[in-house]
Amino acid sequence: MADKETKRPITPRRRFLTDLAYTAGLGIMGGLIWAGYTEKAKSSPLTLRPPAALDEPDFLKTCIKCGLCAEACLHRPSNLDRDTLKPRPGTLKMARAQDDVTIGTPFFKPRDVPCYMCDDIPCVTACPTGALDVSKVTNPKTGELDYTMMRMGLAVVDSNSCIAFWGLQCDACYRACPLMDKAIRLEYDKNERTGKHAFLKPVVSMYDCTGCGMCEKACVTEKPAIFVLPREIALGKPGAHYVKGWDKKDQQRVQERVGKDVTTHDERSSQNPMDYLNKGLEY
Amino acid sequence: MRWSNVKYLVLRRVVQLGLLFLYGAGNWWGWKILRGDLSASRLFDTVPLADPFAVLQIFATGAVVGVNVLVGAALIVLFYGLIGGRAFCSWVCPVNLVTDLAAWLRRKLLIDRIERKIWISRNLRYYLIVLALIVSAVSGLAAFEVISPITIFNRNVVFGAAALKGGVVFSFGAGLGLLAAIFFFDLFAVKNGWCGHICPLGGVHSLIGKYSLIRVKHNSDNCTLCMKCKTVCPEVEVLGMIGKRSAFVTRKECTNCGRCVDVCDDDALGFSLRNILESNKGGKA
Repeated sequence: MADKETKRPITPRRRFLTDLAYTAGLGIMGGLIWAGYTEKAKSSPLTLRPPAALDEPDFLKTCIKCGLCAEACLHRPSNLDRDTLKPRPGTLKMARAQDDVTIGTPFFKPRDVPCYMCDDIPCVTACPTGALDVSKVTNPKTGELDYTMMRMGLAVVDSNSCIAFWGLQCDACYRACPLMDKAIRLEYDKNERTGKHAFLKPVVSMYDCTGCGMCEKACVTEKPAIFVLPREIALGKPGAHYVKGWDKKDQQRVQERVGKDVTTHDERSSQNPMDYLNKGLEY
Repeated sequence: MRWSNVKYLVLRRVVQLGLLFLYGAGNWWGWKILRGDLSASRLFDTVPLADPFAVLQIFATGAVVGVNVLVGAALIVLFYGLIGGRAFCSWVCPVNLVTDLAAWLRRKLLIDRIERKIWISRNLRYYLIVLALIVSAVSGLAAFEVISPITIFNRNVVFGAAALKGGVVFSFGAGLGLLAAIFFFDLFAVKNGWCGHICPLGGVHSLIGKYSLIRVKHNSDNCTLCMKCKTVCPEVEVLGMIGKRSAFVTRKECTNCGRCVDVCDDDALGFSLRNILESNKGGKA
């Protein structure tokens, strides 16, 4: 019996199938290791991207890692330093292997160099692939570039370490903000501890903050008490079923939504509310 | 050492380092000759150029890219496809500096003379092209671009260096480890291991340059069978006709590096424009 087995001829078909399996085996092993590394490389959730970047997953797909945005940022003709009249340092950096950011992609660290929000937004217009999408910073009415439409992140205040919340007078972030009184405003409050002083608390508006990070750069505390986070991390989400009863637009949203994608099924769904609401109650 | 023995080697190094310098100068001092890096760039601030393999991987992820990079990739494919062949690998790619150094050391240390047991198919690179596209599609990130030592090297020089008060200070960082790995792999493990077996970008450029015009031509009447050309060639199989018959080097893996032309003392090898009709008649070379 064993003899017969060994004498079985290796047919071309068997050879072909074995070769196929060999390739598949190596390919699957290599592919899994490779894909594992790539998945790991993708996860850099705390990264601040250049203005007008697509949503992070789409941005990672589309960015070709050429660095034209970073070069345009470094050599921008506008936005010179007011004191020295020389170009400020470049905001955008290209991630290297040791940075905790997907390798080769542009990012910035506001505490080092914030975004100065140039009128002509040279980084976005330099992008060859559309990973930085000009339409995201183009005013739909005028068709002109509008730096206030940038949404690179959102400034968040740690009220525990912000000395303005202690009662000390500091409005460094407020004054550094390019959209002063819109993106950051000061909220006045009574200082109950002393009874005669005021709090001037910085408050960020999520509707106006571009995430440029001028505030983070300007913050006087050792580790900034106001800092920029990617919007998807800094912002919560109440869920579609919470409705602002006082907001006409939100009411409209509910009207349009009813009966389309809302289906609630539980044990009592088939019953008429009149039948179960008073059940089990004793008077 | 005669000039004719190092001519193409010197020219290649000048082109390689020159391009690296121009890319760097684009970032350091804002020169407008070449901006960007080897994945995508702008020539004289007008002509877009793009790495066709990177664009292909971006396609595989399902992303839609701008017209700029499509034109750029098309220009590169046209240039190498019609004229240059696989010249990117030996005349432009900075990793070639590292692997050439390893190959040279191998010869000096006589490592080549001792037979090794590790064998890798030279076709591996073509499988890796397919694998790169599959992994890109699955993970949604251009897969080779996150490990490519070519662009990592290139970017590290261009963006890892900061122009500080007249001088250029390099901070090479972790990218150096990758280059060291390739260097030692090529030096001790597999001869021409990276460029000649693994690198999928080299595979792509082989495919692009398959029918290009500029080719090395062998004249077997002059050949004295010294085999110096085969010692230095990084893709030895392409020289299968040496001493047997006069023919063009038509295999797509030839990088047009011209090292064989350099070392030949018998005028049996030289660059020439291939006559497409003739080489087709000649059959497989």
